[in-house]
Amino acid sequence: MKRPINEMKVVFPSLSENERFARIAVSGFLSFIDPKVDELADIKTAVSEAVTNCIVHGYHDTVGKIEMSVRVFEDNTVRIRISDKGCGIENIEQAMQPLFTTKPDEDRAGLGFAVMESFMDKIKVTSKEGKGTAVTLEKKVAVRSCQ
Amino acid sequence: MKGMIGLGVQITARRQVVCAKLTGDIDHHSARQMRCEIDIAVKENDATELILDFSAVTFMDSSGIGLVMGRYKLMNERQGRLIIAKTPGYISRVMRIAGLNRLAKIVEEYELPPEEAQEVVKVETTN
Repeated sequence: MKRPINEMKVVFPSLSENERFARIAVSGFLSFIDPKVDELADIKTAVSEAVTNCIVHGYHDTVGKIEMSVRVFEDNTVRIRISDKGCGIENIEQAMQPLFTTKPDEDRAGLGFAVMESFMDKIKVTSKEGKGTAVTLEKKVAVRSCQ
Repeated sequence: MKGMIGLGVQITARRQVVCAKLTGDIDHHSARQMRCEIDIAVKENDATELILDFSAVTFMDSSGIGLVMGRYKLMNERQGRLIIAKTPGYISRVMRIAGLNRLAKIVEEYELPPEEAQEVVKVETTN
């Protein structure tokens, strides 16, 4: 794909308070393309799921760094990469199954990936045990034009 | 900065009906406290009906689904019932992914039993 027309990157510790920060950072950054309310809600929800996964699963009860980068391309495709240097996922296919969760006792529904998949156009997960996980989310938002 | 961003749950209990009005964003961070407040109110009031009012919810991810599923389990154990009320359009979409409509009745409006002398109103703001 071509070079992005705009991009940003933030790094923050895996504190649950920062789930909200990540959503606000993404919606603030994307305001220049003026996405529709629904599209922005979809993106915020997917980001919230991915960041929560880093906090709850990647780092368990420890605090590590989460990196989130957002790129916007000319055709209004938004690509977001959220990564951690946590424990990694043993079996990605299993982790992505709806309702699969390793933490049912904490009222985790096991729907994080299902939400990301249904609210975004594309999702890619790469993970290495003991090294970390990266989730790339992509969505093309409607181009608004005043003409 | 408590209450600045309007996170929390406002609980009204009448007879054995507990209504929890959720406010602000529901994510993994805020759901923890909300769950705790609701469960205490259900137990303290020996609730047979729990109404979760979503009208003031501004955002919800799958943590909100976990919250609903957990409260369904709790009410089921108590042989009570769970009602989901006033879900904004966007939140209904998140709920549909999980098929929560099969676990609880989803209503637009609800009515609490009439006020009584022993009415307990507890307002909690969490952040």
